[in-house]
Amino acid sequence: MIPEIGHFSLILALLVALALGTFPIIGAASGNAVWMGLARPLARTQFLLIAIAFACLAYAFASMDYSVAYVATNSNSKLPIQFRIAAVWGGHEGSLLLWAMILSIWTVAVSIFSKHLPDDMRARILGVMGLISVGFLLFMLMVSNPFERLIPAALDGRDLNPLLQDPGMIFHPPMLYMGYVGFSVAFAFAIAALLGGQLDAAWARWSRPWTTMAWVFLTLGIMGGSNWAYYELGWGGWWFWDAVENASFMPWLVGTALIHSLAVTEKRGSFKAWTVLLAICAFSLSLLGTFLVRSGVLTSVHAFATDPRRGLFILVFLVVVIGGSLALFAWRAPTVGRGGKFAVVSRESFLLANNVLLAVAAFSVLLGTLYPLFLDALSFGKISVGPPYFDTVFVPLMTPALFLMGIGPIARWKNSSLPELAMRLRWAFGVSVATALILPVLLGHWTPMIGLGLFLAFWIFANSVNLVYQRLRGTEQPLFSRITSIPRSWWGMVIAHLGIAVFALGVTIVKGFESEIAVRMLPGEVAHLAGYDFTFKGVEEIQGPNYTASRGQLLVTKNGAVRTTLSSEKRLYTVQNMPMTEAGISPAIIHDLYASLGEPLEDGAWSVRIYYKPMVEWIWFGCLMMGLGGLLAISDRRYRMRKRLAKEADLKLNEALV
Amino acid sequence: MVFKARHKRFVLIGIGLALVGLAAMLILNAFQSNMVFFYTPSQVEKGEVPKDTGFRIGGLVVERSLKRGDDGLSVSFMITDTAKTVSVIYKGVLPDLFKEGKGVVAQGKLGVDGIFNASEVLAKHDENYMPPEAAEALKRAQAQSQTLVIPAK
Repeated sequence: MIPEIGHFSLILALLVALALGTFPIIGAASGNAVWMGLARPLARTQFLLIAIAFACLAYAFASMDYSVAYVATNSNSKLPIQFRIAAVWGGHEGSLLLWAMILSIWTVAVSIFSKHLPDDMRARILGVMGLISVGFLLFMLMVSNPFERLIPAALDGRDLNPLLQDPGMIFHPPMLYMGYVGFSVAFAFAIAALLGGQLDAAWARWSRPWTTMAWVFLTLGIMGGSNWAYYELGWGGWWFWDAVENASFMPWLVGTALIHSLAVTEKRGSFKAWTVLLAICAFSLSLLGTFLVRSGVLTSVHAFATDPRRGLFILVFLVVVIGGSLALFAWRAPTVGRGGKFAVVSRESFLLANNVLLAVAAFSVLLGTLYPLFLDALSFGKISVGPPYFDTVFVPLMTPALFLMGIGPIARWKNSSLPELAMRLRWAFGVSVATALILPVLLGHWTPMIGLGLFLAFWIFANSVNLVYQRLRGTEQPLFSRITSIPRSWWGMVIAHLGIAVFALGVTIVKGFESEIAVRMLPGEVAHLAGYDFTFKGVEEIQGPNYTASRGQLLVTKNGAVRTTLSSEKRLYTVQNMPMTEAGISPAIIHDLYASLGEPLEDGAWSVRIYYKPMVEWIWFGCLMMGLGGLLAISDRRYRMRKRLAKEADLKLNEALV
Repeated sequence: MVFKARHKRFVLIGIGLALVGLAAMLILNAFQSNMVFFYTPSQVEKGEVPKDTGFRIGGLVVERSLKRGDDGLSVSFMITDTAKTVSVIYKGVLPDLFKEGKGVVAQGKLGVDGIFNASEVLAKHDENYMPPEAAEALKRAQAQSQTLVIPAK
């Protein structure tokens, strides 16, 4: 009964979404205030209905209702309750429901925090989000219904893929989807602006906090995924250039370009068309990513052949959304007008260059991800492009991007002079070059890549410090009030940029100085790595809720003093008869020690891999700082006092342009 | 003055386009030189594979073909597409799901002795799931052996 209620609310939600996607937009076009006013109540009703459907599916999982096909394929009675709930988004149908659910959350959020928007703008934004929702609900109801019954019911479920049975599964997908789907708000703002013809600084200011919020979620979501892969896959990698990761990285790259381009549109009124195009691209790539990961096309492009309706629907949906919005862009963009002029050396130019680099980087990832799929789909053979391709492409693209990142915040808007910039940058340049030359030698060895990475990290770091120093010095006020008198969005930028420096430092050090060994160990034997001694304490058998495991312990000592114990497990998940390695990690600021149990060999010996990962945690800490920077930027006062400041800023902008 | 500004703009656009073109060249070049092609054991047997660059092969691990070296880490095994078989050597820890009789994909180079020297062995995380390349190898071998029968799509 409960699943039918869920199914029924999905149908009702579709009808509401249809109404939301039509009446307010038509109302905005014809100036019908009543129809425009429908947007808010409809958005809230839609949220309520989808939430009911979501709760019904979660209930089916919690109560182990194996007469629901989706529950039977993704859960099991021995699965602990937190994973049974997380299993709601463990498969294709449920993750679509999560998508729709999060879309309705964003829609409601826009309906609540949009009192300062003009009525027609709000109606159009909510309407566009309603149309996207129609697509997803229709897709679910037509070809991917999570509530489909299994008759006769299964006695027990086939279990959630053991790889997903991890706390990461509870947080990572919702976080990532908040990011993906959050770009639908930026997209809806862009489409609304194209439809209404209002594309100005005020529009950019309204759309900025939403876009930054989505970007924060996406950043943290990707960070969580990377950290999860690091400890779950058992071989110490933190990024694999895997198609699933690329699918989330492409919207991130374009989204990063978008938040910077929005800054220019807000402050200077320039880059309008480009900003709109980026908003369309960011959301299109989010859609593409969702379907790439969730349609099974990555496992085999011929997966579509087994259910052609699903593949056809996805293709049609992508063509309608991407093609439709690009066509609208081509038709309306020429009318948006040009913004303020700027010189070759100016902050606008640096931001433009960074935007282009980020867009090109996103394109290179798209090529590396989609081209092998195309070849395969057209039966031209199977190829793969692995990490070497992405490494070759990313270093030359990101080097100028990070270099410009050091200069951009220092340069003036509109017109800056090169000699003056050089004067202001010379200390940072000296410090970073010196660090790049000396530090690696102190750490053990110097390679061009280590030197480059350290130079870029310290370049951003030194410039940020210099920037803060310049801004804080000079006045008579006490330090604290000087700090608080600077807008939070500026601090947000500084912290996010420092996050990039911390990230780059972590990547450089771990890539340059990591080491690993793979050894055959008998109990009592000792292995040596990076100055540590690892004594194998043997293996004991343990029994988990839905798995059996062999747990091996390694005692870590340095010069005879005990430091820590690494405990790694080789698990066998009994339902799917699937082996899994659980790594033993001792994380620390300076370095991680990481061990994973290989296979049992003869005479009680095991093969064991041990990794030394210097500063690997900095990678994720850098991402956290980026997220924190984004949050600070959103909390800026001017977004809270939007209405008044919007008018003021417009006046100022007009003055500036005259 | 007006002329100068416009002139400057053209130069700027020119430089921008040149840089984007350069980036495109770089990307395509990197793409081309890092493409890894896939071959089946039958193609290896016929000598249709590149000699000096790496490639991937896929198929099933032959039952009872897995042998370990004295150090416990070097392994050798055979990959078959049911028609032909290739010997593979690999040094390292095998993935969790590596099993005799199951699908596998190996990336590496073919030695002069005809033995495939793998630098990477992949077996995906699902008991019933066959790596797409391995499935493709079996399909092609089947299609070859049934020349009179049109293989079912």
